Amino acid sequence: MQLVVENLAVSYGKIKALHGINFSVKQGEIVTIIGANGAGKSTTLRAISRMIPSEPGTKIEFENNDLLKYTTDKVVSKFGISHVPEGRMIFGNLTVSENLTLSAFARKDSSEVERDRKWVFDLFPRLDERMDQLADTLSGGEQQMLAVGRAYMSGRKIMILDEPSMGLAPLLMLDMFEALKEINRNGTTILLVEQNARLALKFAQRGYVLENGNLVLEGKASDLLDDPKVKEAYLGG
Amino acid sequence: MDHFLQNLINALQWGSFYAVISIGYSMVYGVLMLFNFAHGDIFMVGTYIGLGIATMLLALFSAVLPGWFIFILTVVITMFLAAFVGAFIELVGYRPLRGAPRASAAITGLMIGIIFETGNLIILGAQRFSFPELIKSVSYNVGGVYFTNVKVLIIVVSLILMLALHTFIQKSKWGMAMRAMSYNFLAVPLMGVSINIIAPLTFAIGAGLASVAGILYGQAYPVLDPYMGVLLGWKAFVAAILGGRGSIMGAALAGYMLGFIEIFIAMAFPSTFRDLIAYSIILIILTFRPRGFFGMAHSTQLRL
Repeated sequence: MQLVVENLAVSYGKIKALHGINFSVKQGEIVTIIGANGAGKSTTLRAISRMIPSEPGTKIEFENNDLLKYTTDKVVSKFGISHVPEGRMIFGNLTVSENLTLSAFARKDSSEVERDRKWVFDLFPRLDERMDQLADTLSGGEQQMLAVGRAYMSGRKIMILDEPSMGLAPLLMLDMFEALKEINRNGTTILLVEQNARLALKFAQRGYVLENGNLVLEGKASDLLDDPKVKEAYLGG
Repeated sequence: MDHFLQNLINALQWGSFYAVISIGYSMVYGVLMLFNFAHGDIFMVGTYIGLGIATMLLALFSAVLPGWFIFILTVVITMFLAAFVGAFIELVGYRPLRGAPRASAAITGLMIGIIFETGNLIILGAQRFSFPELIKSVSYNVGGVYFTNVKVLIIVVSLILMLALHTFIQKSKWGMAMRAMSYNFLAVPLMGVSINIIAPLTFAIGAGLASVAGILYGQAYPVLDPYMGVLLGWKAFVAAILGGRGSIMGAALAGYMLGFIEIFIAMAFPSTFRDLIAYSIILIILTFRPRGFFGMAHSTQLRL
């Protein structure tokens, strides 16, 4: 297992957002966690990249390293764990090119950085066209491309994505998931959380269902798509 | 007309002091969204460091090195030392307060300032020190306009510093990280960038700039005292607000504008009225442009 999460619990003040969940991701896999708004999906990802603290007793290991010992910037730069956050969080006051340069801030392998940058531009030619534009001026779809491209450059072992489909028109959504497949084929493990359960389960190999801070179901994505409970609660009957 | 040109040079000189100091306020605000109210006293500390370095270099090398070279050495060494002071303040004074209410950070700044002022009094006593003259002052008379080489030096060095800073902010990856932090604080660590590098770096640059302003100030007004940074610091803070919180360009422009307003008001009115009128004008400007010249709306930003 590449990523092992055990007994992950997170509280916001007195409110428990996650009640000790367990899941794992294999090298090269595409895994999704689906769930309704407020189920704790974003919280799970933020805890992995150490943007928020988790409760004592939590274990988060990546390639047998205890991630809880590290700060967010180290989780990204030392272990190659990239995080596409909710709402994209691109730097609107920087150009597209600067956003990508910044994402490789801690990397010393400059020739590989250059290669990754080319790869990102091949994957998203729109970014190449708009290289010197301020990121603020991009459309929503282009901003999502930038967020993904930036994440790819910041760390390539695993990419965790927080609702990459959010705010995208259906066709752009499909394009985005095609691009993510390409990134996965190129060797990056993918863990994504989604409200759009149908799309996520079609795309992923395995899935988990998160409800009120607990993982209630897990299995092959194709099995979850056929599961009556999943169908009723998340796929519109 | 001659009188006007003469005042223009004075305005540029004072504007340079305000601009270089106010940039330190603005950068820290842009990156960390707090005002470092110790900045005026960092300027004072920087000036005294410059005084120490200049005195030492003169004692050691005045026989072999020319004054301008000692001046450059003083500037470089002082900047470096003051930068450490700035980074240290971030580490000790502000880092522990990152999640705390903004008011705590403001109070911390004021306290650090008081510690510097009283610390200076305790260590150096009440005697006043005089900044050594590194560049021999020479007066020129061009078509009836009198000015000194020191004034020109102050203006030129300040412009060079600001240009260098601008290049650093625009071109280097550290500059990119600073700009990124001013836009979205939360996403910066996700790029593998440690906030604990960028934050002290920002303080270090601000303190380094202020210390050079201090050396230049010492060349024009050699008598130093521990409270020299208070009024100048507040005025530079006003310039930072007027320029637009977080905007370096704005802070520099507003600094010069402040210099102009002050000098030209002193031309027309008794000098005791100078600050009253000058800051009333600024208050009026801020009434109509509360964000200053280049300020961004920060309310939508995510912050830790």
